[in-house]
Parts: sequence; C-alpha cells; structure tokens
Amino acid sequence: MTRQMTGAKMVVQALKDQGVDTVFGYPGGAVLPIYDEIFQQNGIRHILVRHEQGAVHMAEGYARATGKVGVCLVTSGPGATNAVTGLTDALMDSIPIVVLTGQVPTFMIGSDAFQEADTVGITRSCTKHNWLVRDTEDLPHIMHEAFHVASSGRPGPVLVDIPKDVQFATGSYAAPKEVKLAHYAPKVKGDMEPITELVEAMEQAKRPVFYTGGGVINSGTGASQLLRELVEATGFPVTSTLMGLGAYPASGDKWLGMLGMHGLYEANMAMHDCDLMINIGARFDDRITGRIDAFSPKSKKAHIDIDPSSINKVIRVDIPIVGDVGHVLEDLLKVWKARGRKTNKEALAKWWAQIDKWRAVDCLKFKQEGPTIKPQYALQRLEALTKGYDRYITTEVGQHQMWAAQFLGFEDPKRWMTSGGLGTMGYGLPASIGVQVAHPDALVINVAGEASWLMNMQEMGTAIQFRAPVKQFILNNERLGMVRQWQELLHGERYSHSWSEALPDFVKLAEAFGCKGIKCDNPADLDDAIMEMINYDGPVIFDCLVEKHENCFPMIPSGKAHNEMLLGEAETKGVIDAKGSVLV
Amino acid sequence: MSPLHIKKGSTSHSAYNLRPTFSDVQEKHTLAVLVDNEAGVLARVIGLFSARGYNIESLTVAEVDHVGGLSRITVVTTGTPQVIEQIKAQLGRIVPVHDVHDLTVEGPAVERELALLKVEGEGEKRVEALRLADIFRANVVDSTLRSFVFEITGTPEKIDAFSDLMRPLGLLEVARTGVAALSRGTA
Repeated sequence: MTRQMTGAKMVVQALKDQGVDTVFGYPGGAVLPIYDEIFQQNGIRHILVRHEQGAVHMAEGYARATGKVGVCLVTSGPGATNAVTGLTDALMDSIPIVVLTGQVPTFMIGSDAFQEADTVGITRSCTKHNWLVRDTEDLPHIMHEAFHVASSGRPGPVLVDIPKDVQFATGSYAAPKEVKLAHYAPKVKGDMEPITELVEAMEQAKRPVFYTGGGVINSGTGASQLLRELVEATGFPVTSTLMGLGAYPASGDKWLGMLGMHGLYEANMAMHDCDLMINIGARFDDRITGRIDAFSPKSKKAHIDIDPSSINKVIRVDIPIVGDVGHVLEDLLKVWKARGRKTNKEALAKWWAQIDKWRAVDCLKFKQEGPTIKPQYALQRLEALTKGYDRYITTEVGQHQMWAAQFLGFEDPKRWMTSGGLGTMGYGLPASIGVQVAHPDALVINVAGEASWLMNMQEMGTAIQFRAPVKQFILNNERLGMVRQWQELLHGERYSHSWSEALPDFVKLAEAFGCKGIKCDNPADLDDAIMEMINYDGPVIFDCLVEKHENCFPMIPSGKAHNEMLLGEAETKGVIDAKGSVLV
Repeated sequence: MSPLHIKKGSTSHSAYNLRPTFSDVQEKHTLAVLVDNEAGVLARVIGLFSARGYNIESLTVAEVDHVGGLSRITVVTTGTPQVIEQIKAQLGRIVPVHDVHDLTVEGPAVERELALLKVEGEGEKRVEALRLADIFRANVVDSTLRSFVFEITGTPEKIDAFSDLMRPLGLLEVARTGVAALSRGTA
C-alpha cells in the first residue's frame, strides 16, 4: 500500500517500519522538515546531544548493547563532518548504524552554499555505503536499503544524505516488504568441505586454541551459546580479542584471558605454541599478531569470517571458511558430533598442564601498598563490587582501557562497549549514554582516563536531560598514560606533552552540570566511594586519583613476536629497536 | 529490449579461491568489475585503490547494459598473488559491485585499446610515419601539411610498439583509452 507523503514524513515512517524507537541527533537548518515530523509523532524518541560526534558514539553504544541498528540524525555541513569520527569508528569495529544527514537543496549542491559539504564524498571511505537522495520517489527504497546494508553481512555504518527540497517534496511511500532490495546478499552458510577439514584437524590436534573476536558478538547471542557449547564439548582452551570479550564467560574454566599487545601471558603463549589455531570471527589485527613473520609459525590456522576480504589479508591461513559465525559453528558442531566427538584427550591433558604453568606466572600481579591507589586495584575493586549487578561497561582509550579489559570479567556478550579498531578517545561517555538509553534500569559504567573523558564531556548535559544515570569512573593520573608509557620505552623518557594540566575540579564540574561528583584518593576509602557511586540515583562523575607513572603489562613491544612479552618494569629499557619504532 | 546476460558467480566464495597462492612475484592482472551504474560508483572503486595503495595501470568504464543499469569497469593492476586476491575481495565488498572477473586467470581473454597519436614532421619523416601507420593498420583521422593524427586499435603491446616507432619521427601527443577486455568463448 503506497501513500503520498512528504520526504520528511517518509523518513520518520521508514524508521518506524524498521523498528526504530530511538534516534540520537542535533537539529539544524537542513533537517528542519524532519525535525518537524519528529515533533508531531510519539513512536520515536529523540535524544538531543551536545555534539554530533556524541550522537554517533551514542548510536554505537546503543547498537552494541542491543544488537539493533543505531540511528543518528544530524544537519548538513558541520553536522555531517562532525559525524566522520564516529562513522570511521563504527566501520573499524563493524557496528551497524544509519546516519541521516541533511543537505542543502539539490539545485544548490555544488555552489558552496551555507552549511554545504560534500558529505557523500567525504564519508565515502568511512562508511560501508552511502547515498545522496536526489528524488523523493527514491527515498523509501534508499531508507530500507540503508538498514539492510548496515545490518547484513559484516555490519557497518551507512549514511543517507537528504537534501532539504527532497524533504519538502511529496512522493509515494513504500513499506519494506514492497521494496525490492539490491543484490547485496552476503554468504552466511559455510562450505561443508572446509568445515569437515577443520573437524578432522580438531580431532587430531595436540595443542589447539580457539581465537575468538568481535564477529562472535556481531553474529548474535546464539553464536555465543554455540561457542560455549563447542568449547565445553571439545575441552579446547579459548581466548578472545578486546572486541570479543563476553562471548565466552570469564568465569569459564577454559578461559585463557584476552590476548594481544596487552593480553595475558598464558593467552599469547598458547597462541604462539599451539599446533591448531581456530580463528572465529577475529581479523588477525596487528595488536594480536605482533611481528607477522614470527606469528605462531608452527601452527595450522583455520579462519571463520563473514568477510572474504578479511581472510588471507595479513596472515596466511590453511582452512578458510567464509560464513556467519553462528551458522558455521552450528555446522561444525553437527559434523564433529556425527563423527564421534573425537579429540586427542591425552595430548590435551598435557597441553592444559603447560597452560597451567603459564598461568602460574600470574602476569597481572601488582602490589597495592602505600597511600596511592593503583589503577589495577581500582578496577579490581570495581569488578568485585559491581559484578553482581545488571552491568554494562564502556571505556575510553588508553591504559585504563587495557586494565579494564584485564581486570573486569564479562559473562555475557553485549556487555562490553569499547573503541577497538580506531581507538577513539571520547568514545566512552557518549557510548555509556547510548547503552543507558537502551537499558534504563541497568548499571552502566564508563571506565575513563581524565584526558579521554574531557574530549566529549559536554554530553553530561545529555545524560542529565534524559535522566541517564551513567557512572563515569575516571582513573585520573594527570597523564596521557599510554603515550607516556611509549615515551618511556621508546623515546628516552622524554615526556613530550603527555601530561594533563589545568584539569577541572571534577566534583565541582559534576555539581555545575547538576549531578553528583565523588573524589577518592585513598585506597582505604575506595570501596565506600564506589558503593556511593552505585547507589546514587543519577549520573555520577567519580574522580579516582591513581598512581601517575604506572605501566601497563604484559606488553608486546612493537616489532616483537607475540611470545616476546614484557612482564614488568625491569625489562623495559631500550627494548624497541629502530624497525619496531616506526610501528604504532 | 531484454537485459544483457552477464555471468554471475565469478567471485564464488568457495574456499578454493581463498587457498593461499603466495609468491613475491609482481603479476599484471586485468579485472572486469560489473557495477550498478549509480552516481559515485567509480569514485568508490578509485577510492579503494588509492586508500589501500593498490596500483592502477589503466582503467576504463562505460555503461554496458542500459536496461539493467550496469556499467563495466576494466582495471589493469599489478601486485603479488596475495595482493591481487585482496584487491578482488575488497572490490567484491563494495555494495554496488555485482561481480569481479579476473580475466588473467579465468581463461583466455581478448584485450583491446584505442589510441590517438599526433605526429609532426616533414619530408622523409612524414613519409615514413605514413608507411608505418599503414603497416600497423592505423587510420589517419587528421592531416595538415605538417602533422597527422593517427587512430590505432590493438593490444596494449601493439600500441606501445607503434608509439615507440613514432617517437623519433616527431610524436607530439598521445591519448589512450585504457584496456577493454572480454573473456573468450562462453565457458
């Protein structure tokens, strides 16, 4: 059933038909018609941000915490360009979001009009796909296709640029069922031949390991369930990247911990010494591999990924399987069970004995002594006091992010929102608001560094306006910690511009915004302060002053192999050579 | 007018295409990319090559199916086998791309290019230029008392050879279209 309506109304109708209930945005001249339509309806809730970058990060947090597509609405020109960072972040981490941007009228495009920008040109390389709508008749089709592209195959951000005259003009609307979508239909079911080959390899493997990533989370909660079933049934050890935390529970007995540049010793060693590496939904990122020619040289590698371009991009694999993680794991389990549920039990017992030896190194150990709070201790206490709650964690970027990944335990997927691929400082505060909007009754905590937190601090206004009781847990060391650590290792302790000066008084800042501020610098007061933060009915800025010169270990220095980890202070001098120094 | 039949399924995602075929030797491949004829699709493909540092030796694009709204982009690129596989996979990932054919590996193919060459000369050089053009079956499309413009079609190697011969005879300007290619037969 097609109806005649304005372009602006089509946008709102399309959002409703796609099941959208929340939009994060900021008005402007070029989107006034759409905002007019939003004002005159009740089905879609609009969250007014304070900066368009905040809107996109909020949509990302919302999308990761729900599995739905996040939606943003921003104006032309600066509104669209402010969204670029968020779009690039979503592209790197494969988060499904639809960003709607206003544009100057079609007859003014290309004339350097007021608030005009070549939005489609600028965002072409930071979106999965984008559209400029030139005719109102095309708008419904493009809106529905946008949601289809964002959410199918490897999820990602899309952008729809809608000129103002197209919003005003009338056309006929078509619902999603009436629209014939493009040919874009990524392959989700894996081929049985490589799956069978992988099962054969699993039956004989003496030192296998599952290397899981964000693809398991994106595939849905079913995929996480299948992963758990597979791990328990085979008894193989499992590790995860930063983006995949929560797919397998941290409390599970096969859990090795996170792997990678700041991953756990046992996880990196197991990856290096394994004879069968099964990559499920990860992409062999350089934070994981270390020096490529020394990456797990003796193992056979299998790679399950929905994106064919991810396979053999960096590391050569022996058994590539293109498909959705959920579908492939289901088939894998079926085949393995049908063949008799075989594993090499004797060899596995020896492998676990070796892993236990590595675990005994206790690579995350630290000493909380003296009057200053160690950041690891702060996170350890946060974990202990909050793990019983319906908890969601977001982070900013830096040392605190790595410590959060090391010391917080995730039992379920969709509980951990962090900027992995792009590493965007300023992601965490808006993302925590997006998560809270999706789960109003949950305990949502943003673990932040003070420098990252200040990048999008204006969004506290959004949290207060929309009653989102997000807890901002700031580990304040008055330093750009991760940068400082690299300057210590690589640049002869010449700390070039890596300290935070002229910081605000965070407690006064909280009160100025109209929410609660808590400051804590004494380890003895920490538990009570954290409980005060949890129990306060509203947003909280928690300024936790921590040790200023703490380094994050373990660490794989750039240019080194992934089993050449630094475990503590003594080994840090002169450890990165000229070749390694070029790598980030 | 019915839409043209354009063979689907060339970027089959069967695991066999993804088996590593690795060496460090640079190879030249001719890729045919079938895309929706929508605004900006060429910019997407070029953007991909430039963003990932892939090499474009030549590129030509035109609409080939008006009813189906399809264009064909023919790209000649060089890289190691691993890089070529990445280029094909990355192209396949672009939403308006229907198919990516690697004409260098999918069996025998026909490659043709057109060039216009302006040659200026007098006396013996002028005569020699005309004689060579005749041998190469190039047409004269412009002539003045002092210059000619030759039009020549053929494989890129034939055009390179003709250019090299014209250079000492007064070659002034060259305009080339880039390679258009089709696979032979209907397999």
